[in-house]
Amino acid sequence: MEGTSVIEKTTKKERNKVLQYVMQNYLLYLFLLPAVLLTFVFKYVPMYGAVIAFKDYSPMKGIWGSDWVGLQHFQSFLTSPNFLDIFMNTLKLSFYGLVLGFPIPILLALMLNQVRRQRVKKNLQLILYAPNFISVVVITGMLFIFLSPNGMVNTMITLIMDKPVAFMTEPEYFRSVYILSGIWQAAGWSSIIYVAALANVDPQLHDAATIDGASLLQRIWHIDLPTLKPVMAVLFILAAGGIMAIGFEKAYLMQTDMNIPSSEILPTYVYKVGLQAGDYAYSTAIGLFNSVINLFLLIFVNFVVKRLNEGEGLY
Amino acid sequence: MQFQHTRSDRALLVANKLMLVLFTLIILIPLFYILLASFLDPNVLLRKGLNLSTSDWTLEGYRRIFQNDAIVRGFFNAFLYSGVFALVTVVTSILAAYPLAIDGFKGKKFFMVFFLITMFFNGGLIPTYLVIRDLGMLNTIWAIVLPGAVSVFNIILARTYFKAIPKELFEAARIDGASDLHIFFKIVVPLAKPIILVLALYAFVAQWNSYFDAMIYLEDPAMHPLQLVLRSILIQNEVQPGMISDQLAMAELKKVSEMIKYSSIIISSLPLLIMYPFFQKYFEKGAMVGSIK
Repeated sequence: MEGTSVIEKTTKKERNKVLQYVMQNYLLYLFLLPAVLLTFVFKYVPMYGAVIAFKDYSPMKGIWGSDWVGLQHFQSFLTSPNFLDIFMNTLKLSFYGLVLGFPIPILLALMLNQVRRQRVKKNLQLILYAPNFISVVVITGMLFIFLSPNGMVNTMITLIMDKPVAFMTEPEYFRSVYILSGIWQAAGWSSIIYVAALANVDPQLHDAATIDGASLLQRIWHIDLPTLKPVMAVLFILAAGGIMAIGFEKAYLMQTDMNIPSSEILPTYVYKVGLQAGDYAYSTAIGLFNSVINLFLLIFVNFVVKRLNEGEGLY
Repeated sequence: MQFQHTRSDRALLVANKLMLVLFTLIILIPLFYILLASFLDPNVLLRKGLNLSTSDWTLEGYRRIFQNDAIVRGFFNAFLYSGVFALVTVVTSILAAYPLAIDGFKGKKFFMVFFLITMFFNGGLIPTYLVIRDLGMLNTIWAIVLPGAVSVFNIILARTYFKAIPKELFEAARIDGASDLHIFFKIVVPLAKPIILVLALYAFVAQWNSYFDAMIYLEDPAMHPLQLVLRSILIQNEVQPGMISDQLAMAELKKVSEMIKYSSIIISSLPLLIMYPFFQKYFEKGAMVGSIK
């Protein structure tokens, strides 16, 4: 009896202290209000809204009033004839994109690092970073211009071959075009962080190695690359963890009726089922399925990298 | 210290230079092609390819653009949306970052987790759409500028910056009886100009280059930002109303829509490509912190 009253007293006292603090510093909480409000309304309320993935959503009954259907939507998606295609398209596009796209910024940074004249280096960087500022709409528009049957690339191809290549319509070219144009746009910009890491290498290390007779390649391999390793690990986890979170914007723009067999990916499918066909609940279920896989991937990749990287992961 | 390079090292350095030149050309050639093509008659382009004989130069493509209401309106809308979006982003982020940078602020952990969770979980396309619809924000600027304005990344960026400001400055001000409001506006904001610029630039560029939110939330063509107008010109190959006066000839129609493709790419990308070298330092700073998160 006596014990509980003591605890009650102290918690009450502490609550008063907290209350007093909040009262005295109410301005600080007001500062947080706009961000908290926007986050709550546009991030948390939709999280609650995602329960329609488990419901037979009817606009009349609203989110809460609609009837539960359990995993029915997930089941019908997983057993639908196009599930495997869409799932594999998403995975392949991301996976190849990662495998091809990840090393190039590192290579670029190592190459830029060898440029001794700072002015030349600055100008090179200026050019290499520029495509980052071009919009996806313009990039895709340029792809259509250059790769169309009578575009610049095919004009050259028809000099050697008798027929133009249908880059933008044949399903087999979709992934290559998507990934290579992505590298064209982002490789330079992604090298920034590596360039910065290399700038921190102590020049004396290189000098000492040179005196010991190390060649340039050996120095890059034994001094520069190990410097980049921690950055590489973090960026790899983030990239690999986001493998199923591939962006909607460019894939959707590059889609033509003919390349759908390889260009339909989960995000574009979510959009079509949800906003074009109006099947809100089914679309939400597909989106949720995508996010859950993504989360597991992130955890898994983090685990693997931690193992390989002597205990240094992201979390 | 300078060392004599061995022969194989020198060869490698030469190869390195050649590769860098190659990469740079791969970036520049498509851009220059578009730039040159924008000054050429498409029929000439098709017949002769790019040629530099000056007789075929024309400003017709650019003239057509400035006569095109959709593009001009798209420009205005894009400026409006990007500007307001940058403003909302900066104001909400630095306001939120200030208390989170103060030692001993009660509830700091709770708020950080509150913001961080949104990095890993989100409701998805449809639930977000439903919220915006139910708030009556469809077809309004608010659907574009509010939902994406707050991001943990921005808050952390600003907070890290604030934390680096010497504490003595705050303490001295507090002893003098200054309120948090006073400290924030008179001490923190003036010192935080670089980070404010970084946040604003990133927000502006992101909004300027995006089309997705506008595509799903803005039905009224009069509200479409530039990127959506570009999409109809470049991707959907739609003939812009006002581009031709009558069905005079299919050839003419096709010619104009080809012509306007090149000039619209240049006109829409130019503002950022011109602006970015001046702010390269700030963009790089953002990219650095951004990739570590």
